[in-house]
Amino acid sequence: MGYDLDMKVWRGDASGGELVDFTVEVEEGEVVLDALHRIQATQAGDLAVRWNCKAGKCGSCSTEINGKPRLACMTRLSTFEEGETVTVTPLRAFPVVRDLVTDVSYNYKVAEKVPPFAPEPRPADGAYRMQQVDVERGQEFRKCIECFLCQTVCHVIRDHEENKPSFAGPRFFLRYAELEMHPLDTNDRRELAREQAGIGLCNITKCCTEVCPEGIKITDNAIIPMKERVADRSYDPVTWLGRKIFRRDQLPDAQVPRTPGD
Amino acid sequence: MTEIERHSFDVLVVGAGGAGLRAAIAAHDAGARVGIVCKSLLGKAHTVMAEGGIAAAMGNVWQEDNWKVHFRDTMRGGKMLNHWRMAQLHAQEAPDRVRELEEWGALFDRTPDGLISQRDFGGHRYARLAHVGDRTGLELIRTLQQRAVALGIDVFMECTVTELVKDGDTATSTDKRVSAGGRIAGAFGYWRESGRFVLFEAPSVVLATGGIGKSYKVTSNSWEYTGDGHALALQSGASLVNMEFVQFHPTGMVWPPSVKGILVTESVRGDGGVLRNSEGRRFMFDYIPEFFKAETADSEDEADRWYEDKTNNRRPPELLPRDEVARAINAEVKAGRGSPHGGVFLDIASRRTPEYIRRRLPSMYHQFKELADVDITAEPMEVGPTCHYVMGGVAVDPDTGESAVPGLYAAGEVAGGMHGANRLGGNSLSDLLVFGRRTGLNAAYAAARLATRPSIDDDVVRAASERALAPFGIEGGENPYGVQQDLQEVMHNLVGIIRREDEMRQALDDLTKFKERIGRLSVEGHRQYNPGWHLAIDLHNMLLVSECIARAALERTESRGGHTRDDFPATDDAWGRLNLHCRLDGDDVAVTREPLPEMPDELRELFG
Amino acid sequence: MAAPTGTQSPTRARITARSLRTDRWWVYPSFTALVLLAFVVYATYRAFVGEHYFIEPYLTPLYSPCVTTECVEGSAHLGTWVGDWWPLSPAVLILIIPLSLRLTCYYYRKAYYRSFWMSPPACAVAEPHRRYTGETRFPLILQNIHRYALYLALAYNVLLTYDAVMSFKSPEGEWGHMGLGSLILVVNAVLLGLYSLSCHSCRHIIGGRLRSFSKHPVRYRAWGMVSVLNGRHAQLAWASLVWVAFTDFYIWMVASGTWSDPRFF
Repeated sequence: MGYDLDMKVWRGDASGGELVDFTVEVEEGEVVLDALHRIQATQAGDLAVRWNCKAGKCGSCSTEINGKPRLACMTRLSTFEEGETVTVTPLRAFPVVRDLVTDVSYNYKVAEKVPPFAPEPRPADGAYRMQQVDVERGQEFRKCIECFLCQTVCHVIRDHEENKPSFAGPRFFLRYAELEMHPLDTNDRRELAREQAGIGLCNITKCCTEVCPEGIKITDNAIIPMKERVADRSYDPVTWLGRKIFRRDQLPDAQVPRTPGD
Repeated sequence: MTEIERHSFDVLVVGAGGAGLRAAIAAHDAGARVGIVCKSLLGKAHTVMAEGGIAAAMGNVWQEDNWKVHFRDTMRGGKMLNHWRMAQLHAQEAPDRVRELEEWGALFDRTPDGLISQRDFGGHRYARLAHVGDRTGLELIRTLQQRAVALGIDVFMECTVTELVKDGDTATSTDKRVSAGGRIAGAFGYWRESGRFVLFEAPSVVLATGGIGKSYKVTSNSWEYTGDGHALALQSGASLVNMEFVQFHPTGMVWPPSVKGILVTESVRGDGGVLRNSEGRRFMFDYIPEFFKAETADSEDEADRWYEDKTNNRRPPELLPRDEVARAINAEVKAGRGSPHGGVFLDIASRRTPEYIRRRLPSMYHQFKELADVDITAEPMEVGPTCHYVMGGVAVDPDTGESAVPGLYAAGEVAGGMHGANRLGGNSLSDLLVFGRRTGLNAAYAAARLATRPSIDDDVVRAASERALAPFGIEGGENPYGVQQDLQEVMHNLVGIIRREDEMRQALDDLTKFKERIGRLSVEGHRQYNPGWHLAIDLHNMLLVSECIARAALERTESRGGHTRDDFPATDDAWGRLNLHCRLDGDDVAVTREPLPEMPDELRELFG
Repeated sequence: MAAPTGTQSPTRARITARSLRTDRWWVYPSFTALVLLAFVVYATYRAFVGEHYFIEPYLTPLYSPCVTTECVEGSAHLGTWVGDWWPLSPAVLILIIPLSLRLTCYYYRKAYYRSFWMSPPACAVAEPHRRYTGETRFPLILQNIHRYALYLALAYNVLLTYDAVMSFKSPEGEWGHMGLGSLILVVNAVLLGLYSLSCHSCRHIIGGRLRSFSKHPVRYRAWGMVSVLNGRHAQLAWASLVWVAFTDFYIWMVASGTWSDPRFF
């Protein structure tokens, strides 16, 4: 039950490029990545596209399909109207390398700046104890497959290249939130989230949540709780006063010990 | 020749899946300067596809569990063909390797006491798999990735190694691609992004390149799985062991065609799912082999009781080792009792509540919903065997992971011996951790012990670049995508789950023709991020590995684990004492028989 | 002119279109803008008009509590302690509280940043601004004290509940009666209460800020309940907004004698 699909695929590199028309035969049940592979195998052997698992688990095949950031392997052709032209472009927030491949190194640089997990010492018998309810919040964030769709859709950097050095992006707010909520972590990263990760630049317009292929509630469960934690630390006049009085702000941030249960 | 980009390390790790990252971390901890090279972006390696869990006898759920039970399960699952020492080290060290992950930030599911929870899996006596829902592999790779980043280890992403270079290599071996020199001196590769070449100088190289699944038509593996490490090792003079054993995972998706082969985790069965044929029968009861009869339930009632009470009941036959289940499914489909799209039914919907299924198997739920429009909480899945894992790999010293080539190490799927004739589910993630760490440490120690660093001849580098660029010099040659498709077809049809002598001879004839065809591949475009070119280079590896599988499979005239011969259906004790090793002899693959390493008596007693 | 930024930056794929989206992405921002504008116009008119806001036993939420000397007789349940210095309608004084909650609300921020400020108008649609500093500067940095708006709003909700209870009197002041207006005021109090409780700051304060849930089982359960409400925060925001306007409109109509309030008992 094959049929012909009309596609426009952006081809080019940093020096320029254009949407190129392809007509490709596709089958029922196929996804956009299948169509791209068929173009590769039969019409344009050098069409550059990243992919790995083809099952929505690795987050490699991030592209923009009809203008929306999506995984090509999880976008079924049946979601388009009959006769609709499917337009595929590279991610528009990152420098293009070639065709559908972009340079996502920005994300890896940000990752290096997140202070790593710093656990309590292990108990005498060597086995940490954590309750399921305490790990579940972090587990949601660790579902992240690093497809960087949330990063590419985020207007803070998508529309403002100059914000990149001072903004970590939704994927890394997830990471901050995960560590802040980790039952064993001993660091306080709230000031870093404000100062270095630029969480204040986020205006919670929720596009990251809209595009997340893992359905992680990035805004509600990670970014807003982080903003609230930052408010606790830096903007809440009452806690600010408390810190002044108890001279807790004399300590460097990473060493501020947590009060139990806080 | 223009100056080539060079980097120098004590230890170079090729591959950034679980094994590669764990090796790099260990080598770093041992004081070495470490570089990691990987074909994809960091964190995309095939390890993310591992769903079920990490097998480790921690005894958190069943206190009766210990390394000896795990060792015994592993050896029996591997049909006693495993290297006993690897299986022993693996069972002994896995629990510590899992606990270590927690220290690096992993968040496993918990028991009510707050310990790491463990789940049931095929072939394991006790619930033993530390897990995070059904995305354990992702958790493992992210944890290791974040650890490696925290340690500041250099990662070369989207960079492919095409050749290993040894001390004393000369350019005369150009056309053979076989290296003749002494110790490993480094690796040559190209940046996928720019197509430019790069040379890594390192006295220790750890191969952690994963498997070979892309040689098969229906596979759960991604494009990266082209047997690069296997081929690199062969070309450097190392041998591959157990290459005839290829694991077909019993449950891959079969419909729609575009997702054929994508994995359906064994946890579905571990958590209560059962296999049924088109007549609704739980057919696995008809396929319980003698070897496992004593420990497998023979009635549905007993099998169902087992989930609650493991002491007084035997395991359901759905949780037999993967080779048994894959063969059974294959037989049902051949007998005309398959599902509409050529698989069988995997049903958990009628056995567990929708809430339970969504909580325990979130990514399976998601995968079927999104890709096949199937709600697994309401209807059965259609599944069939898919090429998943190669038990065979580089023959290494069990304790150090070093191959026959000094300075060349292998860990993870690319290493052979650990899993014998068949791998148990969950044992691959623990394998990555245990042997990743061991090879990393030993590679670092060896590099530190060296008085002089090996050197690389410029001519060798030039020859390597010429070989890599060859496809650009040929006009109107073969399309690499077409050749790959044909190769997959041959391996799938002729050296698949069930094998026969005449078919394998046919396959070997075909493979000879492929050797010619890959000599005249041509690619369009230029060197910058050109997948056609990348495939043209990878095809050499795929072909070489395919030949090893076919030759070893032809040689072993019995059926055992991941190797089933239609013409020799029985297991033969004489073969149970032999491993097959593949080596490169000129252009050809030579297969030799070697006796299995002798297991010490105190371990032998465990099988009394 | 400065160098192009955003999707037109020189390193990005050269695609001139602001967006290649083919769906009707402009529907959400336009609709949001329309409804919010309509509410603002209506509420402003009603707040400044200073009449038809009270008729026994109903006081419209826009004027509750009425605390200046200007308040019509019987409407000042809490007394007129503010006195006569306040030059504007008593509604304006009190509306600051719900307004500050809604202005700093995490949901409304999304709504108005998208629909009024077009920052961005929709996902993957380029915004028209050259510079962007988010909520890092004055005045938007004040969004961070959303929690204080919540505290005030919770107190305000108590008063609205009080108004709803008072509506169970007859126009003559006897207890145990009920009219359609009572029902409307109860629904109003409930919706506003749920909207406040479902707020992200509330979720944080009640339990979200904890690192360990298992050590605080009661707060964990409370967090779980607020989390369920929080999932409906946007819907509650709209429902409560529309209902407030409707409640006010109903009382306006009754107070001006246009409609009569059906009495149940």
